[in-house]
Amino acid sequence: MENSQNKTHSIDLSNLNKAEGAADKKAKKTCFTVSDLNLFYGEKQALQTINIEIPEKSVTAFIGPSGCGKSTLLRCFNRMNDLVDSARIEGQILLDGEDIYAKQMNVADLRRRVGMVFQKPNPFPKSIYENVAYGLRIQGVNGRHVLDEVVEKSLKGAALWNEVKDRLQDSALGLSGGQQQRLVIARAIAIQPEVILLDEPASALDPISTLKIEELINDLKDDYTILIVTHNMQQAARVSDHTAFMYMGDLIEFGATNQLFTNPSKKKTEDYITGRYG
Amino acid sequence: MKQNTVTWFKSGAPWVWGSAATVSISLLMVVSLLVMLAMRGFGHFWPSEVIEIEQPAGNTFGERKQREEVPAQRLRDMGMELPESVEFVARRLMKTGNRDVTGQDFYWLLEKKIENAKAPAEVVVLERREWGNFYGRLLSVKEAGELVVSGDDTYAELQKRLARSDELFGQIEEIEKHKIGAINYSMERLRLKRRALELKGALDKAAEEKIRTKRDSLQKEYESYQSELQALYRAIERDSLVIETADGQPFEQPLRKIVRAYQPNKMSLIGKLGFYFEKLWEFVSDDPREANTEGGIFPAIFGTIMMVFLMSILVTPLGVIAAIYLREYARQGFLTRVIRIAVNNLAGVPSIVYGIFGLGFFVYFLGGTIDQIFYPAALPAPTFGTPGLMWAALTLAILTMPVVIVSTEEGLSRVPKAIREGSLALGATKAETLWRTVIPMASPSIMTGMILAIARAAGEVAPLMLVGVVKLAPTLPLDGNYPFLHLDRKFMHLGFHIYDVGFQSPNVEAARPLVYATALLLVVVIVVLNLAAISIRNRLREKYKALEN
Repeated sequence: MENSQNKTHSIDLSNLNKAEGAADKKAKKTCFTVSDLNLFYGEKQALQTINIEIPEKSVTAFIGPSGCGKSTLLRCFNRMNDLVDSARIEGQILLDGEDIYAKQMNVADLRRRVGMVFQKPNPFPKSIYENVAYGLRIQGVNGRHVLDEVVEKSLKGAALWNEVKDRLQDSALGLSGGQQQRLVIARAIAIQPEVILLDEPASALDPISTLKIEELINDLKDDYTILIVTHNMQQAARVSDHTAFMYMGDLIEFGATNQLFTNPSKKKTEDYITGRYG
Repeated sequence: MKQNTVTWFKSGAPWVWGSAATVSISLLMVVSLLVMLAMRGFGHFWPSEVIEIEQPAGNTFGERKQREEVPAQRLRDMGMELPESVEFVARRLMKTGNRDVTGQDFYWLLEKKIENAKAPAEVVVLERREWGNFYGRLLSVKEAGELVVSGDDTYAELQKRLARSDELFGQIEEIEKHKIGAINYSMERLRLKRRALELKGALDKAAEEKIRTKRDSLQKEYESYQSELQALYRAIERDSLVIETADGQPFEQPLRKIVRAYQPNKMSLIGKLGFYFEKLWEFVSDDPREANTEGGIFPAIFGTIMMVFLMSILVTPLGVIAAIYLREYARQGFLTRVIRIAVNNLAGVPSIVYGIFGLGFFVYFLGGTIDQIFYPAALPAPTFGTPGLMWAALTLAILTMPVVIVSTEEGLSRVPKAIREGSLALGATKAETLWRTVIPMASPSIMTGMILAIARAAGEVAPLMLVGVVKLAPTLPLDGNYPFLHLDRKFMHLGFHIYDVGFQSPNVEAARPLVYATALLLVVVIVVLNLAAISIRNRLREKYKALEN
């Protein structure tokens, strides 16, 4: 593991913390450690030898042009790529030191620990209440009191409670897009994951809803490790502590957001953030 | 001008008109089908006027039935004398009843012969349990062979006594069909129990004694019913009436043979309407009489609905599970494609082929095996090794399974990937995702499959003739005797009833209106079943609207 950090693409965490300086006084623990990750869709290689360490309880953003593999990488963290028949993975991803691709790893358990929110809001065609309670019901929790409590807490956590508290039994499909996306986040935090993966969570939303989601991300990062994929560089700059820039399946640069945006160390990164391509 | 036509074609208007025309034609066809069935069928129950027909051989009474125009030459060929100038003549079918007297109760008559026929007010129509209607003038009512009343009060007295005999008849039927029927059923079960013990070699003295005492008590019960029955029979035999035909021959008829007596020519419109609905109710709620040409078709309605319900219960889980496996679990490749094509083709196999499969596999093989394992006591008489309700429902279930599979698969494939991923991302397994989210969302499509299955199964006749339908079933498949639902029994079915009444009936003219009425009823039953299923589906659709956006 130590060796992998010497590769070109990865940045030593201690440097990173120095760069952050005042923002992060004490060194954060590592949440995910990715080493030599390769992913193939059939013959085509979508991710090329990715090495990265993601600190916990902070926001890490993945940026890059379309098709650069950032969503694919994100989906590796909760093994969503398992659903794609042709996908094949080499390398290792450790979550708190545990190999998530190990044989004995229970995928359902992993996904409980690593929640995910998708690009388009995808509430179930059930009531608002049942949407939030879904994950708990899967785990066999059916007690009315427990559910009530968790639903309220999660909806508050997703800053949606005040808008829906009087119509919890109404269909979730009646909510606006931004509300639906916050509902989906509430649904994800209801099962208290360690990590939340956000796959372009605001790309289908209007500016005000986007702002709300961004505020929410800011609130959530105290309790959760957040990984966010976004097209929008301003958004990455606004919400994230660390940013990874990917290009054509390669991780080009990873570092503190301030540093990456103001003083990128790679030419490609600079070209991208100054808008020369992408 | 030519430019105009071209633009008109380009605008698409002709296609709109064309589709509107086809839709109207389809609608028109459906409506006219229903109207024709209703007119031909339900006109039958209307108490039509009875006229006196003057005939050289002696007058008769009769009701006007259908009228038709025939080429005069055809009648001339049959030996009728008609002037050379006429080419077509109108003739009418007359229902004259009195089959036991004249030997025929329908004949054709030239329309002009009855144009001025009188309709005597005093004509009485007797609807009898056997031999069809009797038309005549009521003379007197007798009690135990002694004259009670004659003259003007006879009709009123007759109605009073008819009510009495009708009630007695009801009591007799209750005892014969239900009470004695139940005793017979218990006796048969006792016999089977004894036989089963005997086969096991466990028939000891005590068991035999127990069975004997039970049988004796049943026998005693039976005897008491029997004496009750005899008393009722004596009571119902008491009254009779004397009626004379149009040409003056008197006939004595016991009241027990008469369902009702009425004077159609004296009836007011309201009276006629009342009579009409009474007959209509009898038609849907009563058992058939006289080789199915009179009375009701309730057992057939009941059998049809029962079978369709059973079929739905059987086909839905089978079809849905098959579709889930094909769509969700099986690896999509050459083999699944072949299976899918095979399933689609199964829907096109002629239904009689399924009937033969049902007979060979279900009835003889499965039923025969079940009999040997579970019902050895009844052998050699088969229990399930003979056509019956269960096999009919199962045969139709496999016949309609392709429809359910195809539409369920359709529904499953329409559940968005995002919803599945959302569920999986919350830590649900694939099975939990299917069960909690995907299948509920596909349920409207499952219902669509069921609707199609019901529509097809309820109208199917050919395979049923091989696997369980009979022209007359003495008992319903659902009754008060344990275990209440008798899956091994044969049953009646509206579709087969139509065939039987229409084509196997000894009295075609009497049966014809019933064929139409039964056909209309079959359509109504299917429509009702479908509407029920459709309303459930619409409710489900409303609930799972997510698919639309």
